[in-house]
Amino acid sequence: MSLKGKHLLSLASLSVDEIALILETADSFKEVSGREIKKVPALRGRTVVNLFFEPSTRTRTSFELAAKRLSADVINFSPSSSSVVKGETLLDTARNIEAMQADIIVLRHSSAGAAETLARGVQSSVINAGDGWHEHPTQALLDLYTIRERGLPFQGLRVAIVGDVAHSRVARSNILALTKLGAEVRVVGPATMIPFGIEKLGVTVFHHLDEGLRDVQVIMMLRLQLERQGKALFPTIREYARLYGLTAERVKLADPKAIVMHPGPINRGVEIAPDVADSLSSVILDQVANGVAVRMGVLYLMSGAN
Amino acid sequence: MAILIKGGHVIDPGRVNGVADVLIDQGKIAAVGTNLPVPAGCTTIEAKGQLVLPGFVDLHVHFREPGFEYKETIQSGSAAAVAGGFTTVCAMPNTKPVNDNQAVTEFMIDRARTAGLANVLPIGAITKGSEGKELAEIGDLRRSGCVAISDDGKPVMNSLVMRRAMEYALAFDLTVVDHCEDLHLAEGGCMNEGMISTELGLPGIPAAAEDVMVARNLSLSELTGARLHLAHISTAGSVRMVREAKARGIKVTAEACPHHFTLTEDVVRGYNTLAKMNPPLRTGEDVQAIKEGLRDGTIDVIATDHAPHATQEKQQDFTEAPFGIVGLETALPLTLALVEEGVLTLEQAVDKLTAAPAVAFGLKKGTLAVGADADVAIVDPHESWTVDPGKFKSKSRNTPFAGWTVKGRVKKTIVGGRVVFEAPAAERA
Repeated sequence: MSLKGKHLLSLASLSVDEIALILETADSFKEVSGREIKKVPALRGRTVVNLFFEPSTRTRTSFELAAKRLSADVINFSPSSSSVVKGETLLDTARNIEAMQADIIVLRHSSAGAAETLARGVQSSVINAGDGWHEHPTQALLDLYTIRERGLPFQGLRVAIVGDVAHSRVARSNILALTKLGAEVRVVGPATMIPFGIEKLGVTVFHHLDEGLRDVQVIMMLRLQLERQGKALFPTIREYARLYGLTAERVKLADPKAIVMHPGPINRGVEIAPDVADSLSSVILDQVANGVAVRMGVLYLMSGAN
Repeated sequence: MAILIKGGHVIDPGRVNGVADVLIDQGKIAAVGTNLPVPAGCTTIEAKGQLVLPGFVDLHVHFREPGFEYKETIQSGSAAAVAGGFTTVCAMPNTKPVNDNQAVTEFMIDRARTAGLANVLPIGAITKGSEGKELAEIGDLRRSGCVAISDDGKPVMNSLVMRRAMEYALAFDLTVVDHCEDLHLAEGGCMNEGMISTELGLPGIPAAAEDVMVARNLSLSELTGARLHLAHISTAGSVRMVREAKARGIKVTAEACPHHFTLTEDVVRGYNTLAKMNPPLRTGEDVQAIKEGLRDGTIDVIATDHAPHATQEKQQDFTEAPFGIVGLETALPLTLALVEEGVLTLEQAVDKLTAAPAVAFGLKKGTLAVGADADVAIVDPHESWTVDPGKFKSKSRNTPFAGWTVKGRVKKTIVGGRVVFEAPAAERA
């Protein structure tokens, strides 16, 4: 079995079967990361280019490790300081990289749709590693993997996504993924952070965290973009933390076995209290570990090596 | 030299609607009637089965000169205009430098004269540099040839400045044109705010960004008595407010663009930068409201907002790409589609391209009355053709209608008694 498309651009375009395939493929690679020699030859001779127009440490590192553990050659390219200044378009930058025979381009860009635009213009496979507020498909896939690893079935799963949903690609990809798999998804935040018409994606909107958390099995906290203070989305970090910060008290409102997730990097004491981040219910570091396995799975499936 | 246009279906809105001949002499309309005698030495144009219309008047084009000649020049823009049947176009002042003074206005008029195709009438800026702070020398602009004032894409946000501009314009009988957009509400937006912007993760421009400024401008027009023209209205809310304002006698006219009555925000899917314009494409309900506004006369004018951009600019990613599409060479068939659909009568459609825009800016254009400038468009309303941007006279190719098969084609355009455009024979279906 393989993925239908040549690119991985969004959760919107993945079928339930394809999601399952990616998660199963990741299973076999998870084991590789636990070995003493963390390497398999699956992508030997292939070239993966990490093209990151936005600063990112964890996603880029995760993709880099994933590619290296598959024995691919990896190039990290962060053009933010070079060609963009020279006025080169995204497409031209990518075509230059492609001319060096890249098999897979992993793209992180601040504009929604950048990955889709790129995919239309190059022969290489494109993996969207985050485009503006649009999607971050591998993040959603590793979140799914982590939920599944905890033995939680997706069908009927109660999930609360808390924070700035409007400006979050992580939220969008997770909403699309989880609703596809039959989960019951809530989004929690002030209306300034909830995008128009989100209910039509099959989610329920809550403005009060305590109500939104009631009986959920998964609490997915979003990172508060601190620089958005002053843009009238929220008055102060202090008030945001009081209204939407996840405390140990609030975790008790959820299902007793609920897990706490966060895509990172976390703002301790803002959207998540330190004791919650470090608690047993927190799977934040599992998410990071699984990120490598899931990205290995994605790279493997997209390389056509299978 | 005299020209006799024989046997066409002449529509001069409110005056003539039927088969007639049109005689042009000395650059003016000399006669309109049946079986006109053929004067000696007269050129005859056989127009049987075709429409003979006043040349179209576009109140809203961007010709980019001076400053952005790589997108369009007054020469290329004029060529696009006459190819689309437009004999008079009003050029927005967002050039570089901004047309906020006599020198720029005179330069544009001079270039238009050199081009010798369409009548290009500059619109002056409301404020210096279109910065929304100090009034431009509106009296000078008027004297040197500006026919209206607008800060267009950089709408005057300060309501006091807008009030003063409206008051000041009264002395010169100038229409004040506003692109209604609250820049705070619209901040960073690049498409209509709605379900599709949510889906695509693109920053949205809510309909309210237009509506609140329409409301403000109507209030200020009522306060000052100024003649107000609302550029490219795109929302159901705008239509509702203009309808109500007109009923109360406020001196307002409004325009709609072909893309706003033809396309919805759905076209943005796939991050299509050719569907990026400002105001953005809206919802199906807004499109219906625009059509209803056109039908009942709330919207007086069809204007193109012809906004050329170079290919490489539209090749950028969606959030970076500039707003706007070219429109002069596709406006006619898209307008005629409204007739086909039963939204407008043929005469109403012609009116919105000719007489109504002329009235909005007080121009002596858009009519075939005897003695008027001989600006005429001869149109085959039945000819189907496929939009091929490669064949545009415009320097730019940024249209979302590429590949569309449309109906209605300009066959000949006459400006001041001279044939300035003829559809190439090879392209005839």
